[in-house]
Amino acid sequence: MPTKFQRWKESITATDIVMWSIGFVLLVLIIIGSILTLRAGRYTTVQWFDFVIYGLAQGSIYALVAMGYTLVYGVLRMINFAHSEVFMSGPFTAYYVAAYFYRSSLLESHPFICLIIVFIVSMTISTLIAFLLERIAYRPLRNAPRLIPLITAIGASFTLMYLFRGLYGTGFQAYPVWKVFTGKWALFKGLEIGKIQVFVIFAAALVMIALYLFIQRTRIGKAVRSVSEDKEAASLMGVDIDKTISITFIIGGAAAGAAGVLYALVFKQVFFMMGFIPGIKAFTAAVLGGIGNIPGAMLGGLLLGLLESIGPALFLDGYNIVAPYQLKDAIAFLVLVLVLIFRPTGLLGERLAVKKA
Amino acid sequence: MKRSLILFVALFVFMAASIGFAAPPTDPLGVVTIKPGEPIHIAYWFVTAGSDSTLGIDTKRGVEIAIDDIKNNLLGHKIKFDGQDSGCNAEGGQAAATKLASDPTIVAAVGSNCSSEAKPGAPILWNAGIATVSPSNTAPYLTDPKRGSTYDGYLRTAHNDKVQGAVAADFAFKSLKVKRAATIHDGSVYAEQLANVFTERFKKNGGTIVAQEAVAPTDTDMKPVLTKIVTAKPEFIYYPIFVAAAGHVTRQVKEVSGFEKVALMSADGAFSVDFYKAAGESAVGMYHSSPDFEAFGKVYEDFLQKHIKKYGEKTLAPFHAHAYDAANLIFNAIKKVAKKEKDGTLYIGRKALRDALYATKNMKGITGNINCNEYGDCADPRIAVYKTSAENVKTLVMPKKSFWKPY
Repeated sequence: MPTKFQRWKESITATDIVMWSIGFVLLVLIIIGSILTLRAGRYTTVQWFDFVIYGLAQGSIYALVAMGYTLVYGVLRMINFAHSEVFMSGPFTAYYVAAYFYRSSLLESHPFICLIIVFIVSMTISTLIAFLLERIAYRPLRNAPRLIPLITAIGASFTLMYLFRGLYGTGFQAYPVWKVFTGKWALFKGLEIGKIQVFVIFAAALVMIALYLFIQRTRIGKAVRSVSEDKEAASLMGVDIDKTISITFIIGGAAAGAAGVLYALVFKQVFFMMGFIPGIKAFTAAVLGGIGNIPGAMLGGLLLGLLESIGPALFLDGYNIVAPYQLKDAIAFLVLVLVLIFRPTGLLGERLAVKKA
Repeated sequence: MKRSLILFVALFVFMAASIGFAAPPTDPLGVVTIKPGEPIHIAYWFVTAGSDSTLGIDTKRGVEIAIDDIKNNLLGHKIKFDGQDSGCNAEGGQAAATKLASDPTIVAAVGSNCSSEAKPGAPILWNAGIATVSPSNTAPYLTDPKRGSTYDGYLRTAHNDKVQGAVAADFAFKSLKVKRAATIHDGSVYAEQLANVFTERFKKNGGTIVAQEAVAPTDTDMKPVLTKIVTAKPEFIYYPIFVAAAGHVTRQVKEVSGFEKVALMSADGAFSVDFYKAAGESAVGMYHSSPDFEAFGKVYEDFLQKHIKKYGEKTLAPFHAHAYDAANLIFNAIKKVAKKEKDGTLYIGRKALRDALYATKNMKGITGNINCNEYGDCADPRIAVYKTSAENVKTLVMPKKSFWKPY
């Protein structure tokens, strides 16, 4: 009877060793770079704190969008590439509401009511688009081979993008400024935190917690989880598969709609291709955290945001690399590669591996 | 080669059919034949979608007004003016140029808008024998002596950034009296070369470049990179990038502590009403280098009136006049080289057209005296610095009066 260690030793291939050594070298480079940067002492505590806050704010938006990817992957085992357009449709539509509030100076007098309405509009539109997407583009192909819904998703993505281009034009629009969110709050020791960042982080956390509780504690949530475990068994137990999958898309759409407004509040510019980059980043975040795993998507999103914000300064500054922020995507994806080398299922992706076994 | 052969055969047949007519001209790169009643096809490759679309729309209107001004009649033929979106990036430029190159009816092209598009695109067009005149590419590389023969069909009526970058550096050092500057580029040919020209000149003036950073054109979160720049304590940030990214930088500078007194300056690529939309009130007080509209003179006033009459709004970006001149440059060259039959058929030799474009000297354009040199630089570059007022942002109108001039 071989011991566990022996079996492990036998299962190792040359590829594993090469991958591990690549991973190890990258890891060492990152650690040395970080030490060099910290020893150079270029950044003060205040600046490191700022990096973290910017990263968290960006990361919580990624996390919200990543939830949509992960939920759909959980129930359908497909990557919903059109999710980036679900993310775009809400805030792009809600812009016209926000612009109306701005012109009628309602924004000045009742900023929070306006904000809530903008959120409702954006989430409604995104939810509707996600729902229709599933109904029209994915449901008829549910039993087709896996590649077909994937291609359909890409097609749906372009269709939606150019539909909105046709609706609202090729140019971009800029969200008005919510005056209540400009400025900063002073914390202790000279640390400051932007009001908008606080709002984004808290709002995103709130939505994520609500969704998580919904999935974990309600009957519908239980149905969603059961479908993602085993569709056939769930249907034998009396779960309405079609309805549950629709609900999954609705939840993902609502999260994307909320994320879209948060994005628009921070970055202001909305246009028909705005979903593309955040969509790719959120997908990366979902993979980083372990696709199919909801807390994993949240963790992956936050981590990706932090990496993009801190990574170039922390890892590359020590090597005196010129313009490190040009490489921020490279760093984010490098870390993704690193994580996948050591944990092929992503950071919290155990559940999937167990299921396959 | 194959196409010119087919053309040649077609011409031969035509010749045989019309004995007694003068022999149609030959040209090493082929001849475009325009039969009576057919239009002269001039194509654009401009950025007409996305955040830089004002640049494309503005230049497209410049050409359209030029067509109106010749009453849509060039040697008895109408002008067909259509084109492709070039996306303000290398891939878009390549795709647009490839599409244009596959259309043998195109006589000449106007474009591109962004230098990154022209770098891969201009050689593709020239490979098909299509000469192109850009109204707004400004990167020095495109008309550099070292650019190579694949760019032989490329000209521009826009200024060379060797001029614009130097004006920006002189303005910062001499007028604003700043000694410490930071630059941000976005990896595009335009932004990177402009930032380099600025850096060189600013150092020569005696200033210090304390940070040279770069972002991606699609980046939205600029606060981390700005936080890095703030540690170098610049008094002046020069970011000659495009509308979307420049808008993000301008807004987010205000959110990073330590930048309370810093002066901001961008260039003509982000000098448009869409930039005011993107940056909002944070654009107030910032500087842009741009062609000097005041130097354009009386003809320009007429142009602006035609523009308002035709489109119901003021100009959107700085290169409409250059586009107008580019169109006229092409019209004049066509007039010079086209051979006209008695029945109205036109023959335009591609190489001959290119040579005529390059031979343009002392053409009176809106933007000044157009003189093309051997590398295709045709502009009469006069650059001024503009300052954005609250009024500009609120009404989305470009500033009228310049703030500073080097001359």
